[in-house]
Amino acid sequence: MKWMLNLSLVLSVLIAASCNKGGADKIVIGNFGSLTGTEATFGVSTRDGIILAMEELNKNGGVLGKQVELKAYDNQGKPEEARLSVEKLINVDNVVAVLGEVASTRSLAGAPVAQQNKVPMISPSSTNPMVTQKGDYIFRVCFIDPFQGEVIAKFAYNTLGLRKAAIFRDSKSDYSMGLSKFFENKFVSLGGTIVGDEKYAAGDSDFKAQLTNLKSKQPEFMYVPGYYTEVGLIARQARELGVKIPLMGGDGWDSTVLKEIGGEAVEGNYFSNHYTVEDPRPEVQNFIKNYKARFGTVPDSLAALSYDSAQVLFDSIKRAGSVEGPKLRDAIAATKNFPGVTGVITLNENRDAVKSAVVLQVVDGKFKFKETINP
Amino acid sequence: MNDFIQHTINGLALGSIYALVALGYTMVFGVLQLINFAHGEIFMIGAFSGLYFSRYALPAGTEPSIGVTLMVLLAAMIGSAVLGVIIEKFAYRPLRKAPRINILITAIGVSLLLQYGGQLIFGASPQFFPTILPRQNIDLGGDIFLDTNQITIFILSFVLMVILQYLVFKTQFGRSMRAISHSLETANVIGINVNKVIFITFIIGSALAGAAGVLYGIAYPKIDPLLGLLPGLKAFIAAVLGGIGNITGAVIGAVLLGLSETYVAGYISSTYRDALAFVILILVLLLRPGGLLGSKKIEKV
Repeated sequence: MKWMLNLSLVLSVLIAASCNKGGADKIVIGNFGSLTGTEATFGVSTRDGIILAMEELNKNGGVLGKQVELKAYDNQGKPEEARLSVEKLINVDNVVAVLGEVASTRSLAGAPVAQQNKVPMISPSSTNPMVTQKGDYIFRVCFIDPFQGEVIAKFAYNTLGLRKAAIFRDSKSDYSMGLSKFFENKFVSLGGTIVGDEKYAAGDSDFKAQLTNLKSKQPEFMYVPGYYTEVGLIARQARELGVKIPLMGGDGWDSTVLKEIGGEAVEGNYFSNHYTVEDPRPEVQNFIKNYKARFGTVPDSLAALSYDSAQVLFDSIKRAGSVEGPKLRDAIAATKNFPGVTGVITLNENRDAVKSAVVLQVVDGKFKFKETINP
Repeated sequence: MNDFIQHTINGLALGSIYALVALGYTMVFGVLQLINFAHGEIFMIGAFSGLYFSRYALPAGTEPSIGVTLMVLLAAMIGSAVLGVIIEKFAYRPLRKAPRINILITAIGVSLLLQYGGQLIFGASPQFFPTILPRQNIDLGGDIFLDTNQITIFILSFVLMVILQYLVFKTQFGRSMRAISHSLETANVIGINVNKVIFITFIIGSALAGAAGVLYGIAYPKIDPLLGLLPGLKAFIAAVLGGIGNITGAVIGAVLLGLSETYVAGYISSTYRDALAFVILILVLLLRPGGLLGSKKIEKV
C-alpha cells in the first residue's frame, strides 16, 4: 500500500510542477460551454467572442506583461458536465478566472466550484438571478430575468396593446421557469391576464397537445421563453395547428439556427435581447467587423456578451495588478462605466450588470430592431 | 369537444409513426423470437440517410414535392435495409444457435454501438431535416386543423401494413416465415432456406423503420444520433401491447399508445407523457402478457 501512496505523491508533484511551469509566463483563463448539443451555437459563439477579445489583447502586448491563454471545455449542454469542467479548469489547468456559462442551469452547476476555490467566475449571459447569489466570486455582465421578463410584458402591453397572454415554458430550465414567472408578474400588474399556462421539457419533439390547449384559451400572444431548438419546433407546430398570434421570447432565441429550424413559422415573432447589430456606436460596429473578419459570421448577442465579459476580466486584472483570487475579485466587483459592446457595464452590489434591453422582430430571416427598453 | 378532436388527430399521426417502427420489431420477433433492440437505431439511420440524401444527392433548390419525398423515402429504406442486413449477418447470425440471452445482450450492444458511433460520425449536435413534402393546413372548421403531413403519414403506414399482411399470410415467403416462427429446426429439415427467409425479414423490417425515420423527420425536423432511443422503446412497448409477433396487433398497439400519450399530455400533464408508455408496459405484462391480440402463451426471455 505504501508504494502506491508514494507513487501518487510523486505523480501529483510532477503534475503540479508541469502546471506551474505553464502559469509562469502566461495567464490562463478558462471557459466552459455547450460546444455540442441542442444549444451548441451558444457555446461556440461564447468561446469565439472570448477568443477575439484575447487575440486583440495579446496583439497589444497582453496584460501585466504576459500573454493570455484560453482553456475551453465542452459540457455537451449537461449540468453535471458543466460542474466537472469547472473543477478541471480550476484544479488541473489552474486558471485565474472562469468565463461561462450561457444557460443559467449550467452556470448554477459550475458556480459553487468557483466560489469554493475562490476563483472569480463571470457569466457572460446567464440571466437567472440565482446565479450570482451563489457567492461573492460570481459575477455577470448581462441584465437579469426580473428585468428581461418585464421587457416583453411592457412591450406587449404598451407598444402592441395586447391584453391576453398564454405562457409555454420549459419545466427543465431554470432560465425558462424564472423568466416566465417574472413576465407573468409584470404583465398582470400592468393589467393584462394570463389565460393559459403549459409546460414542455427540453428535448421534446412533439408539442401539439399543449399547443392545442393553449390555442383553445384564445390568447392574443404566446410567451415562449425557451432555447432556440425547441422554440423553432414549437413555432412550426403552432402554425400547423392554425395558431396565427405572435410568439414572443427572450435571449434564448438568439441563434441563426432558429430560422433554420422554424423557417417561415418564426417570421414576425418578437424576442428581448442584449444588443442589436443595427446599433451605430463605434464599439459595436468595430466588434462586428472584427468578428466577421475572424469567424466569417455576424456575431449574435452571446458572442457580444462573452467579448464584453473577457474585456471586463482583462480590465480588472490590469486594475488589480495581480491574478490572485481575492484581489482580482475586488477589482471585478469595482467595475464601473466600462464601455462594452452590449452597453455601459457597471456592476451593482449583487454583482449583476444593469443595462437596457432591446426588442427584436424576426423579419425575412433577420433580427430587426423594434424598441429599446430601459430598466 | 373540438380540442378532443384535435388531440385525436395529433395522436393518430404520432401513433402511425410508432406503428411503422413497431412492425419491424414484431416481424423480427415473429420469426426469430428475438427482440431486436437495435431497431430504434435502424430507425435513426433511416432518418439520417434521408437527411444526407436530400442534402447531397438532390440538386440545390429542389422544390418539395411528393416525388422528392418518395425518392428520399426510398433512399432511407435502402440505407436502413443495408444496415439491418449487416447487423443480422455479423451480430445475430453467428449466434443463431447460442442461448437467447446472448443474442438479446448482443442486440443491446449493437444499439449502443450505433448510438455512440452515430455521435462520432454525424456529430452530437442536432441537425435539421429539410422540407421535402409540400405542406398545407386543412381547416376542418371549428378551429380544428388537419395537416397534409399527418394524412400522408397515416396513409403510408396503413398501406405498408396491408402489404405486409398480404406478404405474411398469402405468399409462399410468408408461409416459410410462419413455419420458421413455429420451429426453426423443423423448417430447416423440411427444406426451407432459413437464412434466406431471415435475411429478407430483416430487409423488410429495417426498410419499414427507415421509412418511419423519414416520416418522423418530416413531422419533427430535429434529428440527432440518440433519436432512436425513445421512439424505439415506445414502438417496442406498442408491439408488446398489441401482442408481439402479431402484425395487426402492432399497429393497434401503436395507435393506442400515440392516442393515450397525446390525451395525457393534453388533459393531465406533458410531464407524464413518457412515463405513460412504461406504465402501459408494466400493466400489459402483469394483466395480459400476451398482449391485446397475442396468444396466452408465456415466453421466457
